[in-house]
Amino acid sequence: MSKPAQFSLSMRILHWGMAALVLSMLAAGLLMIRSLEPWQLTIITLHKAFGVIAVVLVTVRLLNRLRHQLPALPDDLSALQKKAATASHWLLYSLLFAMPVSGYLMQYFAARPIEVFGWFRLPAALQVDIYYYALFRELHGWLAIALAGMIALHVGAALHHHFIRKDNVLKSML
Amino acid sequence: MKHLYLALLLLPAIGLSAQPPARVSAQQFVDLQQGNTAFAGFRRAHAKGLCVSGEFRSNGNLQSYSKASLFQPGVTPFVGRLSIAGNNPTAPDLKAPVRSLALSFSLSRTEQWRLAMNTPPVMAVADPHSFYQQIQAIQAGPDAIKQFFAAHPESNGFLTWAAQYQPTGSFAAETYHSINAFYLLNANGEQQAVRWAMQPTVSVASGNLLGNDALQQEIAARIAADQVVFDWVFTLADAADDETNSTKAWPASRQQITAGQIVLTGSTAQLDGDCHAINFDPLVLPTGITATADPILRARSAAYAESYRRRAKEQLQGALQESSNE
Ligand code: HEM
Ligand code: HEM
Ligand code: HEM
Repeated sequence: MSKPAQFSLSMRILHWGMAALVLSMLAAGLLMIRSLEPWQLTIITLHKAFGVIAVVLVTVRLLNRLRHQLPALPDDLSALQKKAATASHWLLYSLLFAMPVSGYLMQYFAARPIEVFGWFRLPAALQVDIYYYALFRELHGWLAIALAGMIALHVGAALHHHFIRKDNVLKSML
Repeated sequence: MKHLYLALLLLPAIGLSAQPPARVSAQQFVDLQQGNTAFAGFRRAHAKGLCVSGEFRSNGNLQSYSKASLFQPGVTPFVGRLSIAGNNPTAPDLKAPVRSLALSFSLSRTEQWRLAMNTPPVMAVADPHSFYQQIQAIQAGPDAIKQFFAAHPESNGFLTWAAQYQPTGSFAAETYHSINAFYLLNANGEQQAVRWAMQPTVSVASGNLLGNDALQQEIAARIAADQVVFDWVFTLADAADDETNSTKAWPASRQQITAGQIVLTGSTAQLDGDCHAINFDPLVLPTGITATADPILRARSAAYAESYRRRAKEQLQGALQESSNE
């Protein structure tokens, strides 16, 4: 079967929608933990609610991915480079799961229910477990650094393909 | 020359009052609170305290104002904490200027309410950045704090209270204030701005208390002998009141509603009790109560989270070290 030249429309929409969401989540996270301003409460409430949306979206995205053929990577990439590209994408997917899950578990063990846009609340533990809170709080912070680093590499690679190698990789996602 | 001296003297005061205060982050705030030597594993503020347990006996008087389940007639248990202000978990009880009560209601898996209350009814300043400067001034000494208050006329309400406040001989005899206002939300979607206070039902003269842990020993003995009761009194704001300014007391003529009684039935040292693990962040609210835009209230969550993160991490590291030493 021949491979498509482009990611399917649904995959492209999910990619760019999530890219915008995740970059906003990272920015919001880094700002809100420092801020004493009155908007802090609003932003952290949105951070948690959109974080719940993120875990739903990444699940939809992975299921959707199974249904579609992916474009082939350029032929001039070595087998190792292709492996690295694929591995980096799986690492990104893992981080996209781990971020919201660690965020939720941090709040769960701090016994803080999550309010999702006033629609409903996600449950939390009845009693605080400070050790698990500490674990997931620190994890959430470390994972955020790893995700930011991976995104930087990822964007760098996409631009490298487009402007230096002048191949079809970026166009396949546009 | 004389004018120059005068100008130099007045400069700081003018500077403090005319410009908006320099902005500080949650991390800077907690750094200032914890001081040069942090006490690992302890709160960066209100570090010394003890755990209490008990129940809220609701009379139902507030249920038409808030749909929060605990205001229906009935009994709701809580975990609480009595503390003194300061960063030192072994500080002498009687030297602290502020005494505190914190409560945590675990209503269900989706409904939690945390409250942290202090003895003063109002703040001296209205925003966290000025509060930061106030703490700096307190740390710098009596002259600095005098100068600070002079440059902050909004501290009048606080100073009036402070001038007449007499510390009592017991945690049981103090009044604990929400200071910040919150909105109660009822089933019809109507909201009402309120402040509240836990009012004591006993009076205890200060006097024959002695020792570093005088208040803790007194309250532990008192609770062991009999339950300790407070009335939970809400004050309803009028249209004329600014619920976003925690330096201004509301007139005494405002309607007050007693929602029931807070009853303390047990106490434990904080390291042995449930309260030490809790972050009493006053923005953990159940359905039926929401935060006002008060800049002091809005600043608390991030600062409490930073302090909580630090002490939780230290506790985890301590526990890991202990288990690897075994
Ligand atoms: C794509 C998903 C997410 C991303 C990219 C993300 C990112 C971040 C970042 C960068 C921070 C600052 C961490 C630091 O510098 O230490 C943060 C903090 C935080 N996140 Fe997330 N987050 C996500 C999902 C969630 C979810 C689902 C929740 C909870 C339901 C959550 C709750 C929190 C909380 C409560 C904090 C602040 C903790 C504190 O103040 O100590 N996050 N997040
Ligand atoms: C904003 C700049 C970004 C650009 C230019 C970009 C570009 C691309 C391109 C060209 C691909 C296709 C690579 C291939 O042919 O296999 C891709 C895939 C992917 N991108 Fe991005 N991306 C960006 C941001 C992000 C962000 C922020 C995330 C994380 C949320 C992300 C997650 C992914 C994932 C997981 C894949 C793999 C898709 C799959 O194979 O299922 N991207 N991106
Ligand atoms: C901008 C204003 C404020 C800041 C930055 C601030 C900061 C803090 C911090 C960092 C903690 C330690 C949290 C922890 O590790 O668990 C704390 C505890 C506490 N604060 Fe505040 N606070 C502020 C205003 C207030 C006000 C207005 C009140 C009283 C109404 C108050 C009452 C308390 C009490 C009672 C505790 C101890 C709670 C416990 O027993 O765990 N604070 N505060």
